[in-house]
Amino acid sequence: MNTALSWIKAYVPDLNCTDQEYMDAMTLSGTKVEGYSRPDKNLEKIVVGQIEKIEKHPDADKLIVCQVNIGSEVIQIVTGAPNVKEGDKVPVVLDGGKVAGGHDGGPLPEEGIVIKAGKLRGVASNGMMCSIEELGSDRNMYPEAPEMGIYIFGDDVEVGSDAIEALGLHDTVFEYEITSNRVDCYSVIGIAREAAATFRKPFYPPVVRVSENQENVADYISVDVQDQELCPRYCARVCTNIKIGPSPKWMQRRLAASGIRPINNLVDITNYVMEEYGQPMHAYNLDTIAGHKIIVRRAKDGDVFRTLDGQERKLDADVLMICDAEKEVGIAGIMGGENSMITDDVTTVLFEAATFNGANIRKSARRIGLRTDASGKFEKGLDPCNAEEAINRACQLIVELGCGEVVGGIVDVHARMKEKVVLPFEPDSYNKLLGTNVSKEEMLDIFKMIEIEYDPEKNTLTMPTFRQDLLRQCDIAEEVARFYGYDRIPTTLPNGEATTGKLPFKLRIEQKARDIAEYCGFSQGMCYSFESPKVFDKLLLDAEDPARKAITIANPLGEDFSIMRTLSLNGMLTSLATNYNRRNKDVRLYELGNIYIPKDLPLKELPDERMQFTLGMYGDCDFFVMKGVVEEFLESIGMRKKIVYDPKAGKNFLHPGRQANIIYEGTVLGYLGEVHPGVCDNYDIKTRTYIAVLDMPTVVPFATFDRKYEGIAKYPAVTRDISMVVPEDIMVGQIEAVIEQRGGKILEDYQLFDIYEGDQIKEGFKSVAYSITFRASDKTLEEADVSGAMRKILNGLEGMGIELRS
Amino acid sequence: MKEKLEQIKAEAIRQIEASDALEKLNEVRVNFLGKKGELTAVLKGMKDVAPEDRPRVGQLVNETREEIEKVLEESVKKMEKAVREAKMKKEVIDVTLPARKNNVGHRHPNTIALEEVERIFIGMGYEVVEGPEVEKDYYNFEALNIPADHPAKDEQDTFYIEGDILLRTQTSSTQVHEMEKGKLPIRMIAPGRVFRSDEVDATHSPSFHQIEGLVIDKNITFADLKGTLAEFARELFGEDTKVKFRPHHFPFTEPSAEMDVTCFKCGGTGCRFCKGEGWIEILGCGMVHPHVLEMSGIDPEQYTGFAFGVGLERIALLKYEIDDMRLLYENDIRFLKQF
Repeated sequence: MNTALSWIKAYVPDLNCTDQEYMDAMTLSGTKVEGYSRPDKNLEKIVVGQIEKIEKHPDADKLIVCQVNIGSEVIQIVTGAPNVKEGDKVPVVLDGGKVAGGHDGGPLPEEGIVIKAGKLRGVASNGMMCSIEELGSDRNMYPEAPEMGIYIFGDDVEVGSDAIEALGLHDTVFEYEITSNRVDCYSVIGIAREAAATFRKPFYPPVVRVSENQENVADYISVDVQDQELCPRYCARVCTNIKIGPSPKWMQRRLAASGIRPINNLVDITNYVMEEYGQPMHAYNLDTIAGHKIIVRRAKDGDVFRTLDGQERKLDADVLMICDAEKEVGIAGIMGGENSMITDDVTTVLFEAATFNGANIRKSARRIGLRTDASGKFEKGLDPCNAEEAINRACQLIVELGCGEVVGGIVDVHARMKEKVVLPFEPDSYNKLLGTNVSKEEMLDIFKMIEIEYDPEKNTLTMPTFRQDLLRQCDIAEEVARFYGYDRIPTTLPNGEATTGKLPFKLRIEQKARDIAEYCGFSQGMCYSFESPKVFDKLLLDAEDPARKAITIANPLGEDFSIMRTLSLNGMLTSLATNYNRRNKDVRLYELGNIYIPKDLPLKELPDERMQFTLGMYGDCDFFVMKGVVEEFLESIGMRKKIVYDPKAGKNFLHPGRQANIIYEGTVLGYLGEVHPGVCDNYDIKTRTYIAVLDMPTVVPFATFDRKYEGIAKYPAVTRDISMVVPEDIMVGQIEAVIEQRGGKILEDYQLFDIYEGDQIKEGFKSVAYSITFRASDKTLEEADVSGAMRKILNGLEGMGIELRS
Repeated sequence: MKEKLEQIKAEAIRQIEASDALEKLNEVRVNFLGKKGELTAVLKGMKDVAPEDRPRVGQLVNETREEIEKVLEESVKKMEKAVREAKMKKEVIDVTLPARKNNVGHRHPNTIALEEVERIFIGMGYEVVEGPEVEKDYYNFEALNIPADHPAKDEQDTFYIEGDILLRTQTSSTQVHEMEKGKLPIRMIAPGRVFRSDEVDATHSPSFHQIEGLVIDKNITFADLKGTLAEFARELFGEDTKVKFRPHHFPFTEPSAEMDVTCFKCGGTGCRFCKGEGWIEILGCGMVHPHVLEMSGIDPEQYTGFAFGVGLERIALLKYEIDDMRLLYENDIRFLKQF
């Protein structure tokens, strides 16, 4: 909300502070000022001049030479403006002065434009006459300004006086950010009240008195509100003998500063009152209201209505309509109809000041797709008590501005008004909540300024109706805090029972995952939780793959963000692809993020959110590098038993011969593998890519940070090497399983030290060599112990069709 | 005999001094002191010495041996040193050649900021907790004093799934879960992902992160809120950081505030970074609304508390001077490597 300081000062005349002080103080008391601008920025040495004589330029057809009286002297100015004549009073910038912009009305230069005396085609020119654009404004705000040429004042301005003053540009326009609970502050009066309380200056709201004629409004109009829940109050008044014309300059200036274009006296009055009181008004041409009757009712599904902007609007039964005896004449709180629009020949006007159900207006405006200044205010839920005062203020202005006369009486239809909120005055509880020691007297001073009434007999506080946000003692405490000053409240730390700060086990494991991934060269990425349903095809999933059962967002930001991911793969591959396309070499990324597994669809209960530890890489790496990272991580979280890899992982998106489930104590923790070349193609990654995914809810129960020292072996170890010729399809994992099963208690370790396929080995076989270590914890091993164990191992291996080479 | 020993000694020392390699010294050792060496031979000849002379001769032999050994040892040491030095002279390397690094990966700036925040609050006795990202309307809105018709619930802002299930728009939902556990006092922070229906651009993302804070105990005051968050700001942004609390409105706190910190680039004098204001808005906070306490079964007459919510991305963007939020979700390694 933008408002000129001069308008605030109309109600708080004693206000005396710099713009910056005003901004800071208002922000600290809760009316946040986003910023301010000065309409007289870069306007210097500009006075009202009167053109006394115009002559042709001797050397230029399009220029004229003017003698301009600027009060103290007469100066000569050469201009090309087509619209000036002798006797005109115009703004004149003197030698060395400044204007805000050029005559074409383009963007304003930061430093303005300096005007210097000089010669134009050989004739001296000692200043410049200004257009409204050169003064930093435009015809929207100054509708009386000519389309081309110099701004011309009315006769009432004094020659030689400050032209900027005469234009009403010496002002500051503040931009406020009003919080949604302070409906009362979406008005000049509301802000002025806050300003008065902030600076502890007296507040003088407008005094509303209406001079009515002898007629009775009941002879002009009747009002029937059929849905009082959606329309708690409807006030109507009638004005006759309307004479449409421009509104006075002071009103135009105030509206312009608020960003509202002055139109004519009638429209300007309704806008002015909307700004001043925060109460939107509507004016109907009474002659178009059939039966001189207003009916407030819901529309019917499928109705169509043409609003005053000429657009057809589709309605439904939840939209509240203003109707006459025969037809709809306006969408309540949103926009009037074309059929009852005010035109310049209007003679009798029906004013409406109503309050509507805020939520209903908000929803209707959204459904219809039409949000207006009025609906923006109504949707906040206006105070019904404000409507009467506002409509009277409008009528007062009609008379004061000579715009027409006001018919006696008001039609006022409303439900029972809500009772005012009354709370006991509890100064101690406010201090206790705030941690302050504000005196009772200071509190009462504050309440007085913001119109909270104190009853000393009952020791109660009564809230004004415009403060719909004051309902409980904590709300009162906030009022005390705001005007006592948040900055004056002390700073302390909570005392009381000591608590232990901690990171839960699951998060400690995740921290470890980050550490290990980073030690292994992986950097952390973050991916969105939602993705496109098309990713399942991109990942080559079967039609019946359970991962396709994803949660759908009802109102997504387009298809690409429409489902909650059930796999972390797409995010990782997309990130790798981004890097690949940008020619980044050797990229290793990891991500810790949830996937969302529905228990049933459509969703009836919350889904299973499963944290996935996803690793992905391409470049200088292979399958076993990835396997190493997985094992480093599992070992770091105390999972030191044998990890088993099952090549039958069944993942369509992985290379069929280069994938494995990661199994720990019989439980599948996740999988790793090389990404299927077809999937790589789908992501435009033209190199081998590896991924690993660990399902953290499965991993965490196995994890532990407990460590136990097991002693360092006292007795020597015995190592035996074996070399084998192994059928190609036997995996070393199978050989290791035999070594483990048959090695007995004394088996300490085994290491693969050679694997070879090729020339010296017969077709269909490979050479594999292991170094096996035995050790006993209680004695030095004897030859017989070792050879016994070895024999068992060798027998087992031979049973698998493995030949021993030595 | 004595002369013979003197002779042997002199010859040994001569040979030692003439040696120019460790092997030669070893030869000397073998020749004179070894099993078949000259001194050993003398000892073997002891049987020819008169029994009464034997101890004296034995002593002489030993003395000679010791003397030779001493000289030999010194020479060996000297020679070893010379050999090592010669070797090292040949081993000079160019220390400016490139390092061979492990190429350790990098944490995401969000995580770096989050771990900072966690460290600060864990130090103050807060527990880190988590809540669901797919959430019930009740926890995200209603129990936080945002009733059915509140504008914040507009479809414009919230992603809905089905019925009363939605994507949480704020980590404040975790407050409610924590209060419902019925364990008091509470000091917690709840970091996590939240979702709002905003198109992706330099300053918006449909998914981002917040850190919620909640303290509930007897006698918690607004002054405690101020003190705690001022401490937090100093820890996070530096000892000289000042804070400013401005009144604000949140449905689930009353009184409510927004906290600004002095600009960490200019220190509060005003610069381009803080748009000349000297202050940067950092978080929203307030005293937990008594109705919120009531709804979660806590008696507001006995207990009070404060809550705050920080945007993680906001902190990361400000602290690391990242100018475009999209960078946080692109995962370009050239971006990540800078953290």
